[in-house]
Amino acid sequence: MSDPRYTPQAQYQTTKTSTSSQSQPQRRSSGLYYSPMVLYFIRHLQACVSSLGRMSLTPIATLLTIAVIGVSMALPAGLLILLKDAQGLLLTWQSSTDISVFLKVGTPEAEAESLLSQIKLMPMVRQATYISPEEGLQQFEKTADFNNILSALPSNPLPPVIEIEPMFHQTSNLELSQLIESIKQLPNVDVAQFDTQWVQRLYAIVTLVRRSIWALSSLLALGVMLVIGNTIRLLTQNRQYEIEVLKLVGASNAFVRRPFLYSGLLYGMFGAITAWFFVDVILLWLRHPMAVLAELYQSDFAITGMPLSSVLLLLLLGGALGISGAYLAVNRHINAMKAA
Amino acid sequence: MISFQNVSKRYNNGHQALNQVSFELDESEMVFLTGHSGAGKSTLLKLLAMIERCHQGKIYLKGKDLTRVNNRQIPFYRRHIGIIFQDPHLLSDRNVFDNVALPLVIAGLRHQEVARRVRASLDKVGLLNKERSYPQALSSGEKQRVGIARAVVNKPALILADEPTGNLDPELSEEIMQLFEQFNSLGATVLVASHDLALVGRMKHRILTLHQGRLVSAGVAAHE
Repeated sequence: MSDPRYTPQAQYQTTKTSTSSQSQPQRRSSGLYYSPMVLYFIRHLQACVSSLGRMSLTPIATLLTIAVIGVSMALPAGLLILLKDAQGLLLTWQSSTDISVFLKVGTPEAEAESLLSQIKLMPMVRQATYISPEEGLQQFEKTADFNNILSALPSNPLPPVIEIEPMFHQTSNLELSQLIESIKQLPNVDVAQFDTQWVQRLYAIVTLVRRSIWALSSLLALGVMLVIGNTIRLLTQNRQYEIEVLKLVGASNAFVRRPFLYSGLLYGMFGAITAWFFVDVILLWLRHPMAVLAELYQSDFAITGMPLSSVLLLLLLGGALGISGAYLAVNRHINAMKAA
Repeated sequence: MISFQNVSKRYNNGHQALNQVSFELDESEMVFLTGHSGAGKSTLLKLLAMIERCHQGKIYLKGKDLTRVNNRQIPFYRRHIGIIFQDPHLLSDRNVFDNVALPLVIAGLRHQEVARRVRASLDKVGLLNKERSYPQALSSGEKQRVGIARAVVNKPALILADEPTGNLDPELSEEIMQLFEQFNSLGATVLVASHDLALVGRMKHRILTLHQGRLVSAGVAAHE
């Protein structure tokens, strides 16, 4: 036993029956043991299968735990998905018309055109379009229920409008305000207003909401870890005797720990799948009302199901939370325990 | 094989379980350890199994200083000793074969080799026909024999038994002791703790006697 790891070696060196001691080294070299690589996979497969088996022994308890994890994960996952969609919507709004310049009613078209070319030459303006009162009316007619009101009017009440899309991303708020001020100085301009102000306010709100969702998600992630940790802790308590026996016959801590870590991993991943299911059902349920709302806002915004990348991320996160929860629970237990 | 040099063990609760114990055990020797309960027999075996560590003195096994084996090495160390308790420590959700196979599976033997050795081991304790039974279906004598089969399946150089016959009637006890003698004759060093003085006396082996943590008699090998 001079080997520091006590690697297996021929035993019974002083055996009185000499035949067995002679054949021992030969048998060892001809593959008595699995190679470390093969052993590694066998161990992991065994641990995985045995934890699955143990989970199936108590189906109700297992399903309840998975449901708790699923609900905890579904809430932040669903909110984040909705938030992501909302952000996409904001981006499309941002890239549309940002500054509307309302001209005085009755401005001749020629003067409006010269104004347009003047604005187009200004710095920070990416694009500018002229919308005549007639075109404006047509747009309004398309929009919902204004039709009746408009047809009741004797003449077209709409002013000509120039819509400006500034170089939004390269331009600061201050520069935009300056742009608006300089446009206001131009002749025939009635009002120049910053359409995106409310978008920016909304964006600020979304940032706040996003932070709140992340805070909530962190709390719920911690909750998932604790739920799994506690489940695994109960599992180790129930199997204390088995752990003692395993340690007694030479199992390393890693060997004892492995099936519990797999249980944690499986709980986390099954929980993630449950959460995916919950989120998709809820999104499906929201799809129709959201489509109606989007229609009212003249948007083609639509809720999509959970994208594959998010599903994978959710699975990964669930697995990681499960393993870490299990590790914390088992490690404390194993180290505190002596064999027998 | 084994050398204890002024070994003392005090538990955290202040109980002095062993006090300045020194003795030697030869290779392939079979020795009994006796004394009243609480004399320190179990503690001595636990030190050898590295379930407990002594706080004073040195323990050598085949020249290796056990007091300097670190915690990570303990599992590998245990694969070279067979440990048997009064309670055979069988897992009730596995059959006899799987229980006995446990040390080999842990050590990473190929399954063909596992099957071969498990059967050989069960054959030695006379339970080859029970390999598919579950522990609940066995008598206490059979359970203890399964425990012994598991302890020796790794062909350990050292077998430690703590009151292995504590639950058994005299006839079964005698059979179990004869089993230990068999393994001893195959070359294993065997250390059996028992308070059954009558049985120990009949066995004609060296007897170590502990009294309140002190070794009061190191005995002389009966066959010398």
